[in-house]
Amino acid sequence: MGKITFDAEDRWNAFVTLCRKAEHGDGPLAGVPVAVKDNISTAGIQTTCGSAILKDYVPPYDAYVVERLKAAGAAIVGKTNMDEFGMGTTTESSAFGPTTNPVDPTRVPGGSSGGSAAAVAAGMVDMALGTDTGGSIRCPAAFCGIVGLKPTYGRTSRYGLIAYANSLEGIGPMGRTVEDVSRLFAVIAGHDPRDATSLDRPYNHTPSAEIRGMRIGVPLEFFGEGVDPAVGKTVRAAIERFTDLGAEVVECSMPSMKYALAAYYVTCTSEASSNLARFDGVRYGPANDIIPSWHESYQEHRKTHFGKEVRRRIMLGTFALSAGYYGKYYAKAQAARQNVRDDFARLFADVDVVAGPTMPTTAFRLGEKTDPLSMYLADILTVPANLAGVPAISVPCGTVDGLPVGLQLIGRHCEEERIIDAAYAFEGVRA
Amino acid sequence: MSDTTDVIIGLEIHCQLNTKTKLFCGCSTDYKNDGPNTHVCPVCLGLPGAMPMINRKAVEYGLKVARALNLEIPEEGEFSRKNYFYPDLPKGYQITMYDRPLAVKGYLEIEADDGTDKKVEITRIHLEEDPGKLVHVGGTARAHYTLVDYNRSGIPLIEIVTEPDLRSPKEARRFLTKLRATLEYLGVFDGEREGALRVDANISIRGSERVEIKNITSYKGVEKALTFEITRQKGMIRRGGKVVRETRHFQEARGITTSARSKETETDYRYFPEPDLCPLRVRDWAKEVVLPELPDARRDRFMAQYGISLNHARTLTGDLRLAEFYEALAAKTDPVLAATWTADTLLGELNYRDMPVTKVPLDHFADLVTLAGKDVITDRVAVDVLRTLLDAVMKGETPEMPGDYVRTQNLGKGDADAFAVVIDEVIAENEQAVADFRTGKNVALNFLVGQVMKKTRGKADPKEITPLIAARIAPEGGK
Repeated sequence: MGKITFDAEDRWNAFVTLCRKAEHGDGPLAGVPVAVKDNISTAGIQTTCGSAILKDYVPPYDAYVVERLKAAGAAIVGKTNMDEFGMGTTTESSAFGPTTNPVDPTRVPGGSSGGSAAAVAAGMVDMALGTDTGGSIRCPAAFCGIVGLKPTYGRTSRYGLIAYANSLEGIGPMGRTVEDVSRLFAVIAGHDPRDATSLDRPYNHTPSAEIRGMRIGVPLEFFGEGVDPAVGKTVRAAIERFTDLGAEVVECSMPSMKYALAAYYVTCTSEASSNLARFDGVRYGPANDIIPSWHESYQEHRKTHFGKEVRRRIMLGTFALSAGYYGKYYAKAQAARQNVRDDFARLFADVDVVAGPTMPTTAFRLGEKTDPLSMYLADILTVPANLAGVPAISVPCGTVDGLPVGLQLIGRHCEEERIIDAAYAFEGVRA
Repeated sequence: MSDTTDVIIGLEIHCQLNTKTKLFCGCSTDYKNDGPNTHVCPVCLGLPGAMPMINRKAVEYGLKVARALNLEIPEEGEFSRKNYFYPDLPKGYQITMYDRPLAVKGYLEIEADDGTDKKVEITRIHLEEDPGKLVHVGGTARAHYTLVDYNRSGIPLIEIVTEPDLRSPKEARRFLTKLRATLEYLGVFDGEREGALRVDANISIRGSERVEIKNITSYKGVEKALTFEITRQKGMIRRGGKVVRETRHFQEARGITTSARSKETETDYRYFPEPDLCPLRVRDWAKEVVLPELPDARRDRFMAQYGISLNHARTLTGDLRLAEFYEALAAKTDPVLAATWTADTLLGELNYRDMPVTKVPLDHFADLVTLAGKDVITDRVAVDVLRTLLDAVMKGETPEMPGDYVRTQNLGKGDADAFAVVIDEVIAENEQAVADFRTGKNVALNFLVGQVMKKTRGKADPKEITPLIAARIAPEGGK
């Protein structure tokens, strides 16, 4: 048992809430400062999801992963900034202002777990929790030059994670090294009866660099249109290093990539339109002004307190689920999703790990992505893992013009151990 | 064509399942004696990040109902979200079942209006969560603000949808009574609980549009609302008008339905599968479910085991508490007499007092039936003793055992000979009646018997004194 003073200076707006005096217990992470993304419920600590609609909302309960952190002795030192409700790739859509990239403060840290990535990259904390719906852990990890793991769907409990897109998202560890990520993952993975989709697959693996004989597949589609050639080159060079480590690298193909992004956006906006219906001003968040009818009051509240991107996605999702359109959009998206799963199943019958870039480019300039569609396109390489529910890790693999590039390693269902070993081995030989 | 055969009625019934905890969280469902918002948690309050967790007991209860109502059970059932905004709905959606219900296509057999057996088809059943409850402080019309009580939020409901197979309000009422009995036999429902049952009724006159009456909360209410609607719709048709397709509300206090003023656009609930719950493997699950004896089986057993009539058996098994009361009674006294006294006399007295059968002291009633059976008292005295007994219970008093009461009040049936003096008196006081009888008016004899009964405070047995009186006043030479 103890108390730490967390006095790191936050020059990047990485945190929405800082806990300068943090209590902690005993355990494997005793006294280790850990930052928690602000869409993960923390009893007694404001949890905003980066949204004005949840300003001053203090959850009465801890998310499962927070219970686990506390049980492991970690000191929760603050809640990190994020794109509002996780809807973004830059952490610019937060109601609490954008987070900047510690590598280059004119750049975005990526998103939506940009605050967690920045806090780690800046050295404020060694590890942080992020959440990943379509790349929200891996993108900022790549942009900030840190390690981020999106676990198998269900291997960490979502209980207490404020839902954006339930069927896609999960909580995962972020850290400067693969070892830290592995340590944090061991604490948060495990079965939770309160999450019906939670798997009983605890993790207690020690990373090993022994990956001889591992087969690594490289899908051509991960180096296709839209991928910055310099980024592609850096990642290809990184993948070549695996041959030195005794792994076998083979080319492969993932034709389902063609529809993955569309399937992802239809699914996540549909689920979001329903998940965010509860923010009506009745029970939490800023109070409604007195308005003639509850109907008008809801409208006014949601119009005032939700940001533009959130409103856009709610409207898209509402449309996709409407009578007469469900079959055209939501049902089709689920079919496309099945194709992605089938593609992975086919690939994983032959290879152990699928490798490629995490992001098609390096970090954008602040304010660069003004057109939502061009921002959505940046998710093309990360969404397949979410659609299929398989684990994926982003590990730094070099730079382009001084900006970090992430190598993405995708594994079989519940085989985090393998991609962690691969990432760990790579870390050891990285120039 | 009779007055009712062109009436078409279908019902959607919502019943609260009597599980100990709510459908998706561990909160207790027993909140009736507690204040508002005392049985709530992050899940049933819809707090951000909370997730539903299926109550396996509720599914088991649902499957019991499915089996009891002869439904087909698919391999899997799945929860969906029904999206709409309303202040009593904390998540902005209700978790219910949509295109993959718990079970489909079954039936419940009831007695039709013409006395024959009739199968009412059940379209589907599914599980869903109850929303919270709005409290308009100061009454709906004048309230300045509305409070929300989430104690009810997440109470498991089973929705049972029938085909439009019912042909009269009485049939609808009988269906509901039989359904209630079935659910109570299954041990999944408590019909006495306030708000445990809510019914939406669809009703049309053949050839006209159908009207939906929403949210009727009592069995009597259903019959009343439907009766009102038939009169309204038929009147409208008779006057050359057209019934419009609409939703109406039943005003329980006034016994009428009023238009709910349909909105310009129909609500689009944007159903989609609930991503936080896994599909339920219901077919395999249902195989493990054990059904208790149901009303029809118990009815047949009562007839076989106790030798009672079909009518008595049907009445006595029509309500679980009554059936249990009868079985306990039949163990203590003559079963046939017990059936007669319970079905023909006790039930009426209970209805009159609006008193549940569970309040009737079994030993007292058994004693009474035995006294009547042994001819210690007359039936008329027995009814009087029963009324005194029930009134005492209603007042919260401890009633005397009927045997003691009859002794102390001297209500035992007198020896017929002992009434000779009274008979003489009555004959002397009613010359006209005697004369009438002698001229062949047999009703006059009944009058005289009544007079004797009156004078003996019912202790005389009419079966015994009638021939005595007749013999005394018989015309000369008549026999």
